[in-house]
Amino acid sequence: MADTSLVKIRNLSKRFDHLQVLDKVSLDVETGENLVVFGRSGTGKSVLLKCMVGLLKPDEGEVYIDQKNVLEISPNGLNEIRKKIGFLFQGAALYDSMSVRENLEFPLKKHSQMTDNEIDEKVINTLSLVSLEDAVDKMPSELSGGMRKRIGLARSIITDPQLMLYDEPTTGLDPISSKDISELILNLQKKLNMTSIVVTHDLICAEIISDRAIFLRDAKIVYEGKIHELAKSTDPFLKNFFSNEIIRV
Amino acid sequence: MNLPDIKYKRRPNISELVYIFFANITGLTVFNWEFFKNVFKPPYEIAEIKKHMDELGVKTFPIVSITGFIIGLVLAMQSYPVLQRFGATDFLPNTVALSVIRELGPVITALIFAGRVSSGIGAELGSMRVTEQIDAMEVSAINPFRYLVVTRVIATTMILPVLTIYVNFLALLGGFIAVIITESTNFEYYKNAVIGAVEFGDLIPGLAKTFVFGYIVGIVGCYKGYTADGGTEGVGRASTTSVVLASLLILVFDMVLVKITLILWPTLV
Repeated sequence: MADTSLVKIRNLSKRFDHLQVLDKVSLDVETGENLVVFGRSGTGKSVLLKCMVGLLKPDEGEVYIDQKNVLEISPNGLNEIRKKIGFLFQGAALYDSMSVRENLEFPLKKHSQMTDNEIDEKVINTLSLVSLEDAVDKMPSELSGGMRKRIGLARSIITDPQLMLYDEPTTGLDPISSKDISELILNLQKKLNMTSIVVTHDLICAEIISDRAIFLRDAKIVYEGKIHELAKSTDPFLKNFFSNEIIRV
Repeated sequence: MNLPDIKYKRRPNISELVYIFFANITGLTVFNWEFFKNVFKPPYEIAEIKKHMDELGVKTFPIVSITGFIIGLVLAMQSYPVLQRFGATDFLPNTVALSVIRELGPVITALIFAGRVSSGIGAELGSMRVTEQIDAMEVSAINPFRYLVVTRVIATTMILPVLTIYVNFLALLGGFIAVIITESTNFEYYKNAVIGAVEFGDLIPGLAKTFVFGYIVGIVGCYKGYTADGGTEGVGRASTTSVVLASLLILVFDMVLVKITLILWPTLV
């Protein structure tokens, strides 16, 4: 049977000083799947994402993206893999010194052979996907939190990535903006046929987006399944985690 | 790039201070090595270098203009009574010219430049680091070191010599104003005295060391900003320590370069 996993993680471990953040974590993500990663603060969810793109070097383990081990590949090879990945950071990480247009143009100008007109058109089209065409000439400091997330999302998808990694995409947003962003992520995933890994605490976001969820605790994946299965679990820890949230399952 | 992990505490003890000192030296050495590994590799980001030369250099002109003029003026005013004691007031233009061109112009300009630019770079890159903008660039398969660090260091290295020539000129002008206040002389006499006093060998070492100072200002600011951590407090620390370390290194390297100059050109003594 053909291997349909876009992401394969094997025995990934990471320690900061005396704190073991990830302990032999293994995970497969199928092409086109939306995986949500749950866990309490400081349980290594963001570290997992950063190890996947080579921003952090794990102590041991293997990470395969599109059949290539990102931890053993050359810097140029890693950059080729990174071109297939979009990453939405928690604070959107927009470049402060550039306008929205320049933020979106930046990866295209560096990596594509597109003409200025083609780049311009692509920027406007991508902004229309997040309904923010009017913000094209604004500076990041002029945008609200929700707008920054949307622009960050637009910048991440402008290179048509196969894999999208979201680090707490709805943190700091009001419930309505949070729901809007979650639905936007789902719509984009369907429209662009991407694989997504979403790190979040937001159960409403997870409910909208996820095909499958995993739960990190004590540096390991302790639960895995559909979101409603986790929410209905009789496990005391999961019951406690989900009891404080209103979730329609 | 593997840099040593420098953990700051509010009141580090002696052993921690020693560790921080050597960690800084090691980190800065690795950072320099990384710069020379990247500086000759394309893409060369010419547009970014020009932008930084404008941002970091051209906008420093007002403050160095005032400083340069005052240095020359005060130097001449302070030197006059001393020279008068020895009946050597004729040498006032020579004293001002040699002091400014050989030492005061390059060093004072570099220190002012460090105060304005090194702290600015430290704060800007530090802010980019703690808000994950540098990580975002790296994930986009763009080399942030080449785009952010190499361009800034080249810009500071290129622009400081230009600023120094300008400051030297203004300091000599300031000196002239002081001379005509204290002595009845004219511009033609002052100009001839200055040109007669300054030899080619005086100009080159003074100017050559400004390339080193410009490099120090850029690399220290970038190092402190690029390796900042600890949120907004870390950004402030990066900004402050950039100025302190850059100023200290400028003075230390000035001492070393003056000694080297005197060994290579003993006629300058």
